[in-house]
Amino acid sequence: MAKIPLTIDGKPLEVDTGKTILEVCKENNIEILTMCHFEGIGDVGACRLCLVEIEGTTKLLPACTTKVAANQVIKTNTEKLKKYQKITTELFFAERNHICAVCVADGNCELQDLGYKVGMDHVRFPYLFPKAEVDTSHPSYVMDHNRCIMCTRCVRVCSEVEGAHNWGVKNRGVEVRIISDFDTPWGDSTTCTSCSKCVNVCPTGALWPKATVQGQLVKNPKMVSELVAKRKMNL
Amino acid sequence: MKQKKSILDENLSRNDPRVKQILVKMKKENYRPDALIEILHTAQNSYGYLPMSVLAFITKELKVPPSRVFSTVTFYHFFSLKSKGEHTCLVCTGTACYVKGAERILSEIEKDFHLKPGMVTNDNKLGLSTARCIGACGLAPAMVVDDEVHAKVKPEDVKNMVLSKTGVRV
Repeated sequence: MAKIPLTIDGKPLEVDTGKTILEVCKENNIEILTMCHFEGIGDVGACRLCLVEIEGTTKLLPACTTKVAANQVIKTNTEKLKKYQKITTELFFAERNHICAVCVADGNCELQDLGYKVGMDHVRFPYLFPKAEVDTSHPSYVMDHNRCIMCTRCVRVCSEVEGAHNWGVKNRGVEVRIISDFDTPWGDSTTCTSCSKCVNVCPTGALWPKATVQGQLVKNPKMVSELVAKRKMNL
Repeated sequence: MKQKKSILDENLSRNDPRVKQILVKMKKENYRPDALIEILHTAQNSYGYLPMSVLAFITKELKVPPSRVFSTVTFYHFFSLKSKGEHTCLVCTGTACYVKGAERILSEIEKDFHLKPGMVTNDNKLGLSTARCIGACGLAPAMVVDDEVHAKVKPEDVKNMVLSKTGVRV
C-alpha cells in the first residue's frame, strides 16, 4: 500500500493511504477519545468526541470518519479540543437521566469512564430530565432509554454483524429514541435473534441482561470485535 | 409450534384502489428497497397519512426491515402516522409570512374551527398544520388549502375561504 507523510501532534509519520485518522492514531499510540466508534462495526461520526484539528481548515473534523491525506498537520490534544470534549461529555449527561448510583453499569460504564477522563466535576447545562421508557418485554434483556446516549452502536451491530435489523432510530433531535421493529416492544420483535451483541457493545447501562443488580453489569464487548475479525479470516 | 403475532401477519385487500396505487408504484420502482421513500410518498398521497397496516404491507413487499421503514417515516416531516384530516389547511410561518401576520391567521382559525397546528377536527374533516416556508414569500402571508396556494390572505377572509374551499361545516 502506498505510504504518505503527515504530522500528528508534531510527530512526523509515514502512514498507509485509505486509513482514517483514528486508525492511524491507534497504530501510533496516540490517544483519541471515542464513544460511538466500535472496533468491527462501521463509523458514523455521531458522538463528536474524536474531533481533531487539521491545519488549513477551521472546522473540527471527526477522526473516525476522516481519511488521512498527504502532508496533513493534525492536532489531537489542543486546549480547544479539550474544551469541546468536556462540553460534549456534559451534554451526554444532561440529555437523559444518568444516575450512576442506581445504574447496573456503575463502575463498568464507558460514559462514566469518559466523565472521569475529561475531568468533568459538574454539568454546566440544565438537565432535560426527559420522560423515557424502560422496555422489559424481552425475555432476557432490558432496554432502558433513560441511560441511552444514542451512539447507535446497537443499531449498527444488529444490522452489520448480526444482520437482523431489529434496531432503528425514530424521530429527530431531542425526540430521538432507539426503536425495535415498528416502535413495538422488544419482546414482540419478529426480527430480534436474542444474540446479545447489542447488549455487549452498549457503552452504558441502557442495554443489560435481566436480573442484574446495581453495579454488577459484566459485558464482553471484545467478543463482537473478535467475531468480526474471525469472519474476515475465513478459518 | 406457537408463533409470535405481529402486524406483519395482517393483509391489505389488493382490490383497494389505494393499495393498487402503491402496488403500481412498487412495480414501477422494480421493488427496489432504496425506492422506499418514493413508495412511502405514493402511500401518503393515496391515504393522506401512513397507517401502520400500510407500513407493514410496504415492509413485506419490499423486504426491508420494519425498523428501517419506521425510522424513515419518523425522520421526514412530510410523512405522518396520524390522519391529517380529509381537508388540510397549511399556514406558512416563514419569516415573510410571519411579519405579514401569519400569527393572526392562525389565531383566526383557532377561534373559528377550534384547531391548533398539528390538530384535526373531531369529525376528521379539517386538519391544520404550519410550514417553516413554502417558498412563496412574495405572496405573504400565504396559506395552502387542499394543495391550492392562497396569496396575501386577510385574517377576516380566512373563515369563509376555508369553508368554501373545503365544504367543512362549523
